[in-house]
Formats: sequence, C-alpha cells, structure tokens
Amino acid sequence: MKFRIYRYNPEADSAPYMQDYDLDLQAGDAMLLDALMQLRQQDDSLGFRKSCREGVCGSDAMNINGRNGLACITPLSSLKQPIEIRPLPGLPVIRDLIVDMTQFFKQYHSIKPYLVNNDPPPETERLQSPKDRAELDGLYECILCACCTTACPSFWWNPDKFVGPSGLLQAYRFLADTRDQDTAARLDNLEDPYRLFRCHTIMNCVDVCPKELNPTEAIGKIKDMMVKRMV
Amino acid sequence: MVNRIVTGAHYGLRDWLVQRVTAGVMVLYVLGLAGWALWQPAFGYDIWTELFSGDLMRSFSLLFLLSLFYHAWIGVRDIVMDYVKLASIRLLIHVLVILALIMYVIWAVQILWGL
Repeated sequence: MKFRIYRYNPEADSAPYMQDYDLDLQAGDAMLLDALMQLRQQDDSLGFRKSCREGVCGSDAMNINGRNGLACITPLSSLKQPIEIRPLPGLPVIRDLIVDMTQFFKQYHSIKPYLVNNDPPPETERLQSPKDRAELDGLYECILCACCTTACPSFWWNPDKFVGPSGLLQAYRFLADTRDQDTAARLDNLEDPYRLFRCHTIMNCVDVCPKELNPTEAIGKIKDMMVKRMV
Repeated sequence: MVNRIVTGAHYGLRDWLVQRVTAGVMVLYVLGLAGWALWQPAFGYDIWTELFSGDLMRSFSLLFLLSLFYHAWIGVRDIVMDYVKLASIRLLIHVLVILALIMYVIWAVQILWGL
C-alpha cells in the first residue's frame, strides 16, 4: 500500500514536505491507524497521536485524503491510494501529524462546558425526565477530536473569535440541559457577530464528524433560542 | 492598550435576523415584479413608466432597495471581518461602505421620484 505523509520537524526541517511510504499490507479489515503503527515501526521518527484506537478518545484525528477523520475507525479498504495524510488543517503543527490544540480547547472552555446550578445539591442526583434527557442525545457524544472545527472555513479565518462547530455543539448541550441555570448568560456569551454568527451553514462539520453528530442543527437551535428570547 | 481578543458586541443576532428578513422582502418584490411582467400582453417603455408613476410602486421599490442595501451592508461587513485583520483599516472600510450605501439611497430616491 502506498502512503504520502506530511512530515515536519521544526527543529530539523526548514519547511514541511510530503514523504512517500510503501507498506506490505493487505487492507482486509485493518484500519488506517494499524497501517500508521506499522509505518512507525519502519520509521520511528513519524509523529502522530493515538490512544484508545477505537474512536472514543479522539486523539488520532487527521486529514485523510483531504477529509478530516479518525485514523482508528477509517478502514484502509475505503481509501484511494496513495493515501495522503496531513495534520488537521488550521491549527499550528507541532510535528508531523501532531497539531497544537490550544486554540480549540480555549474556545471549548469559553462556553463553560459544565453544568451551572446554584441550588443546594440534592440528596441523590439532579433528576431529569426521560424526555428532557433525550434532548441531550446527539450532543453529549462529542469526543472533542476537532475534526469538525478544523474543517470549518469560518474557524480557519477567525480561530481566536469564532467558537467553532464543536464548541457550539457543546454550548447547546448545556443550553438544552434542564438542570442548567445559566441560560441567559450562555446566550449573552454567544450573541456576538463573531462567536456564533460566523457560522454560515457551510456544513463541513456535519460532513466530517466521525460520531455522525450535527453541529449545524445545534447552532440553528441556539439561534432559535436567541430569537425566542428577543421577540 | 493590552492586546487582548475582545468579543461580545451584542448585534450578532439582530444582523443575522435582519439579513433574513431583507432577503424575504427582496424575494417577494422580485417575484411580484416578474409575475407582473409575465402577465403583461405587451411590454414597452410606456407600460414601464406607468408602473413606476404610482407612489405605491415607488414606495415598494424603495423598500426593496433599502432591503438590498442593508443586506449588502451585512454581507460586505462579514467579508471585511474575515479578511481585514487590522481594526483601524476595518473601521475605515466600514465607514466608506456605509457612506457609499447612504449615497445609493439618496440616488435611488432621486431616480424613483424623478427629482
């Protein structure tokens, strides 16, 4: 199998370059991450992140043949050769396929990704009805792999100001939570021309999400809440 | 001044909503005008001037143009916000665009009411 992989070591290279690899491997049921691990046995300087290797941790997000995805759940048989692998676009490269996610997590933190409830904690738990709980389906599953946010042109232009699809999906996850008491402040935080309204419904986020979530729909629901509050 | 990233201008929702409403106004006007034009058996300068001689048509045309200008303002501002990073130059471009659009409004009134 043929691979073309983005290589950059800022300590040794003056500029990034693409390196060709040839691997003696039958695609079979193997995932792209399996191939990358074998490539690293050939060339131990190849840098990439991985952890759970089953699509839960979100560490091995990368740009695979031009499309963001998780290497560990991308079957090799689904990819056209040479398989071109680049780091996630729009974030600074630390080395090879490893990017600096600081900006991504800064935006995530900015939406207060935790429940705000000022009532005294109850004896057991803060209960929700099954219907209220169902509102969180399609929101809580986000693994913060950054595939969506780094596929979003609005984030490429304004990574410091636009929250990005992942952060906005999480923002709605807490707006939709009946146990949260911070709705007004959360909406205030996003009612800005940059933080939410840079979204122009390009929908790259929906296209690439490895968990098949729909940030665009969540963003639409935040807009609905804002309109309801205003009129 | 410290170089912090400042956000929080509270007009995001208003402009987003205005952009949708003005788009609706433009669609209605264009469809109405197209429908009227198709319904005419003959089409000439006299029919055209007669249509625009009424104050109602002039008013709706002005409403259409105002919608177009406001819609264009939000669109152009969005592009400038994406591509012009220096706040002073961005402000200058914003001011120039606003002044140009105000001139267009005056011009549109002059044309429609034949001043």
